[in-house]
Amino acid sequence: MLASDDDILSQAEVWKGSGKGVAIATVIDTWGSAPRPVGSHLVIDEDGNFLGSVSGGCVEGAVVAEAAEVIADGKPRTIEFGVADETAWRVGLSCGGRIRVFVERVD
Amino acid sequence: MRLELLKTLNEERAARRAAVLITDTQSGEQRLVKGADIAGDVLAEQLDAALRMGKSRSVEVDGRAYFLTVQVPPVRILCVGAVHISQALAPMAKLAGFDLTILDPRTAFATPERFPDVKVIAQWPQDALPDLRIDRYTGVCLLTHDPKIDDPALIAALRAECFYIGALGSRKTHAKRVERMMAEGFNEADLARIHAPIGLDIGSVSPAEIAVAVLGEIIAALRKKPLRAEPQA
Repeated sequence: MLASDDDILSQAEVWKGSGKGVAIATVIDTWGSAPRPVGSHLVIDEDGNFLGSVSGGCVEGAVVAEAAEVIADGKPRTIEFGVADETAWRVGLSCGGRIRVFVERVD
Repeated sequence: MRLELLKTLNEERAARRAAVLITDTQSGEQRLVKGADIAGDVLAEQLDAALRMGKSRSVEVDGRAYFLTVQVPPVRILCVGAVHISQALAPMAKLAGFDLTILDPRTAFATPERFPDVKVIAQWPQDALPDLRIDRYTGVCLLTHDPKIDDPALIAALRAECFYIGALGSRKTHAKRVERMMAEGFNEADLARIHAPIGLDIGSVSPAEIAVAVLGEIIAALRKKPLRAEPQA
């Protein structure tokens, strides 16, 4: 089932409230045929549970991995995925679009 | 994001109030601006534009990159009158992404058969309105031609500062409506917010064509004009 933005950001609050480390990933730029619009969220807890979507499945794994580091060191970062990018060949967007994702920890 | 900001963001969304979270994507610094406070903000222009489009976006101001997480309540449309125009407007509004409700106390009109898959309430506006909780992000169309039904909804819509209020009827009918609303204590500026006769002037003839004109007018009110200042929460 598709989670609405309401569910997603509320879940981040619930997870944080229960004492877990939580990160929020947000699509901040898209080019080409990106599958999820700017502003889409993916929230991740320290155990790797996640809710929401930034790409419709193509790069979620990589974002969840990055989120684990953000939860650990607290430094927000922006990651980019796309066909022109070396990482993209590994976790790339099959659709040929490009996206930038901002990942931050909830403190 | 600080937990306190996340909480406020979630609270504002639950209360159907607009808010924008501003993130400096280099430093990670953030602040939240509530809809009511946008006019006085240093980024007022950018925030207002993003709010009207209802879309999150990146902006650059003085060489700094910001991301605006825009939260705007989903727009609802309340049609008072289960009439032909409403029958055409309901599916069109749904296609355009609006959540539409029909309100008409006349049970012969407000039937599920006439409005498949539409929320239809067969009650008087004064009885149904408290639960409907119309607000700034609600557009109200008055379509019954009957002051007994239209007027209570109009009064509620004016008080709730709905972003769009349209009323069916000739200029003569509207002049009488204005007189009645003046007697209720509304002033000229309040009454100037009523779109009457309802709908963009595109020469509509059939109910479906009038529905197109009404939907176009609703979209223009939502996207083109600046929203009125939000009341303090």
